Parts: sequence; structure tokens; C-alpha cells
Amino acid sequence: MQNNVNITNSTQEFRQDFAIISGWVKFGSKVLDLGCGDGALLQFLRSGLEVKGYGVEKDDANWLACMNNGVNVIQMDLEDGLSGFECQSFDTVILSQTLQAMHNTERIVLEMLRVGREVIVTFPNFGYWRNRIQILTGNMPVSKILPYQWFDTPNVHLCTINDFDQFCKNHKISVLERKVITDGNQIDFMPNFLGNLAIYRLKANYLKAN
Amino acid sequence: MSENNNTTGSVGIVAPQTAHFNTLLTLKSGAVLPELDLVYETYGTLNADKSNAVLICHALSGTHHVAGKYTENDKYPGWWDNLVGPNKPLDTNKFFVIGLNNLGGCHGSTGPVSINPETNQQWGSQFPIVTVEDWVKSQALLADYLGIEQLAAVIGGSLGGMQALQWTIAYPERVRHALVIASAPNLTAQNIAFNEVARQAIITDPEFHGGDYYAHNVLPRRGLRIARMLGHITYLSDDAMGAKFGRKLKGDIKYSFDAEFEMESYLRYQGDKFAGEFDANTYLRMTRALDYYDPALNFDGDLSAALNKVTAKFLVVSFTSDWRFSPARSREIVKALLDNERTVSYAEVTAAHGHDAFLMPDAHYHNILRAYLNSIEVGIHHAK
Repeated sequence: MQNNVNITNSTQEFRQDFAIISGWVKFGSKVLDLGCGDGALLQFLRSGLEVKGYGVEKDDANWLACMNNGVNVIQMDLEDGLSGFECQSFDTVILSQTLQAMHNTERIVLEMLRVGREVIVTFPNFGYWRNRIQILTGNMPVSKILPYQWFDTPNVHLCTINDFDQFCKNHKISVLERKVITDGNQIDFMPNFLGNLAIYRLKANYLKAN
Repeated sequence: MSENNNTTGSVGIVAPQTAHFNTLLTLKSGAVLPELDLVYETYGTLNADKSNAVLICHALSGTHHVAGKYTENDKYPGWWDNLVGPNKPLDTNKFFVIGLNNLGGCHGSTGPVSINPETNQQWGSQFPIVTVEDWVKSQALLADYLGIEQLAAVIGGSLGGMQALQWTIAYPERVRHALVIASAPNLTAQNIAFNEVARQAIITDPEFHGGDYYAHNVLPRRGLRIARMLGHITYLSDDAMGAKFGRKLKGDIKYSFDAEFEMESYLRYQGDKFAGEFDANTYLRMTRALDYYDPALNFDGDLSAALNKVTAKFLVVSFTSDWRFSPARSREIVKALLDNERTVSYAEVTAAHGHDAFLMPDAHYHNILRAYLNSIEVGIHHAK
């Protein structure tokens, strides 16, 4: 089977971004989780926040896992965009640790902002100091959050927090909130150096945040 | 049937039944049927609170004989036997499954071959055009007859999927789940075109006699045969045909118009078989019902508005190589349900078999149906 776009390194354990994401999702709201894997995040959000959730997943095995987990799941390839979803039809659209594996990264972010009143994006920070050390010692970084070898990785668009900030600025995307964590601990000092995982809450700029 | 049997099995020997309705049925066209018979089969046991009934709607040429055999010696079981049975995806240990022959059919339910009680002649050309809406209305009569207030699920592929969808529109309170497989919210122009060629093949057969061929003791076999051959081509994908037949010849090239390619002899066989067992008037009406179905028509083409009153939960399934009912058409249904914030899951199955894939026992496809059907809650079943 092809490399799965959904990062599988942590599906069995409680994902460190789930807690922060759930803090940004409103009770009873309508949530779309793109690249939802086995539906663990939606299950988590539904049990705690009673969200009306839908997952999008292209992998057959993950689709079945979602169904068996009682999660509504739409099978489609995110690379094709979100044409099956109306503008501003979801309270929150989530892309959790999948951005770096997208080929058409720019398009999916803009599509999420079209469909969601708010967007949550999480990605591994390539600027994390351990990654930098591996580069300095002459190797592509391999870690728990980036578990693949250079030749078999699905991650084609890795970026740093600085890169993503610049991306948002260039695309006139409002960053409502940003949290950076390493091993579950929030990093406020030098996040692009000390942070392992970045979690953004975004909104299209033409619809200003209250 | 033995209890606690965990092996996948057949529903065994089955027998069709007939429900007679001594009531006027007004059809969508305005025509009125003075009475009707519906032939049906059931598999499994209706539970005490009657919450485990699943209706299977058939497609163009299907029948009430969904599963099992009539005698041990039958060559083939019912047409969806790979789906329905003990511990199969549609598990008859859990569900009470109903298959019926639709109104206008030619397998026992009231149709063109039936006797019109007002003339004591076979209906023939006088049998009205029936629609998907009419079928669902008559299926609801059958549910009443069986004492079933609410169906756990309605399931159908292709034209059967349209009936499942129509159930949720016409009787939202009477169906909890709809499984709409390899279907569409209406036919494309190309699909209507195929149906028209099939109908013209039948209607222009000299032995059609305007639909009253029974009175002439002949059958428009040639037309029906060509209609079926055309249909068969469109139900398969180019790849599937290539893989199955390719350019294989039956022998040396003879420079003739005989069936020299295996593809040709397959089509001829299928056409002959069908023309020997199906009624041309029924075929005309089934294809017309397909053409006419369009629940969005009265909503300015807005399917989301048409599905606004729907409350059932949905599983929508399509197949990648199905070009007659393409995945894009299924996604229209999914989008309309999402627009209404309904509970829906959608699977796009990678399959080579084209439209016919919905009848194939593909492992992943069956796992999808099994997972969804497992999630359906029913009351205490097999109550004694």
C-alpha cells in the first residue's frame, strides 16, 4: 500500500494536539476534520463537546476504522479541493498533521478558509532544534513526529513556524491564535527553535475575528 | 435454522409470497390501478418490536428473489445472495430482509403481463407508466401489510438506490437508514440516450405490435435482446471488458459476421438469455422510470431543498469505474445531505467492474456495507 497521508506515528496514543484543538472548538458546533485517519479526533470532540462532526479520508482502511468508530466519513482526496462543501458551512475545519503531506498546500488552506468560519491547522515544525541538529550533522531529520526516511516519506511540504507565519501574511490570513508545543508542553520562548508541533487557529482576513 | 451459527451461510430454501391489495392505487401519471399484487420474499425473522426490517429495492431487471434457492437443484441463488444471509454483510440473524418485485414487473407483481380485471385481457400496452415514486408508494403498502411501521433500512443499487432515496423523501418517518449504492439523483442526458436506444430497439421490433404482442402470441425478442446487449456494454467498464475478453477470438478469423470474438458471443448469450425470460413492456417501463426520476425537479433543480425534510441516516457508495452512475453523481447526493447537516458517510470504492460492481462480492465493498449495517441499532431480535 502507498504511504498513508495521515501520520500514523501517534494514532494509538493520545495525540498531543488534541487537547489544544478541543479548547478551540465550541460545544455543539459543526466540525470538518480533513485527513481524519481513524476518526480519533472526531470521536474525542464528539464525546467531550457533542460536535456534529464529519471526517474526510481517502484511505480505505482508515475509512472503515472511522465507520467502526461511529464517525461520519466522506471518502475523497483532499488534493481535489473541497468542492462538495458549501462556503462557510462549518464552524471549524481542521487539518491535523496533514498539511506537510499535501501537494497542493496553498489550495487546501484557502479551501479550508472558504468552507470553515474558523480553521485549525497543525504541523510538525521543521525548525525545531533537534531537526536542525540532524541537518547540521548531515542527515534528513527522523523523529517520532517525522518518522519517515527521506525516500519513503509522504511529507513533501515541510515548513517552519516562520515559513507558515509568512504564508499567512502573504495570503492575508488572520492568525487568531497560535500554540507551539513540545512533548505536550507549551513553548512560548523561541517557538521556532524549541517547538516541535505548531497549532494555528485561522480565519479568512475578509471576515475579521470578533 | 440452527441458533448460534457463526458461519457465513445461505438463507436456504425460500419461497415467494404474494400480497394482494384490493385497493385503488393512483399513480403519479394520474392513472389508477384497480388492484395490485406484489410478490415478495423475506429472510430472517421480524423481531418483537418490528424494528429490524430492511427493504431491498431492485434495479432494472431485478426481482423479489434476492437470496437463497427455490430448490436444492437451482443453478443460481437469488441476485444479491452474496450480500444477504446468516453472518453475511446484511445479516439475517439480525435483520428481517424483504425483497419484492416492483409494480410493472414481470415476475409476479402486477404488470403488463397481468390480467386487467376490467377487460379480462392482459394489460399489454394499456399498463400505465410507473415511476420511482409509485414504486415507493406500493412498497409502503407492502410494509403496512407486513405490519412494519418503520424500516430499519432501505437498500438499493442503481435504480434501487433511487428508490431508497425516494423512501427518505416520501416517508421520512418510516425509514431510519438509507443505503444508496451506485446511484444518482437523476439520470444524465447520456443515460437517457442509452435508454432511448434500448426502447427504440424494442418498439421497432416488428413483433412488438405496439406493446400488445401477447395477443399475437409473439414476443419482440430481437428488440429486447439488443436492448440488453446495449445495457450490458454500459454496465461494464472498458477495462473490465478488456480484462475479461480483450480481443480474444473463439477460433480462426472466418471473415464473417458470426460471433467470432468472445466479446460478441458473451453479448449474444446475455441478450438471448434475457430475451427469453424478461418482458419487453416491463423493460420499457423500468427504463422510463429511471429517466423520469428527479426529486429536485420541483425545487428548481436544487437537490438540497428536495432533501430538506429527510431525516434518515445515509450511506452512499459509488465505484470508481462506474461511468453510468459515476462517483460525481453520488457526491451530489452527499453534498445535498451535508447542506442539510444530515448524518451521512460516503465511500468511493476502487473497483474495475463498472456499474456492475455493486453486485460483486468485493471484500472492501462488503466490509463497508457490513460496518454500516452493524452500526444500525435494532430492538431485541429473535424474540420467542
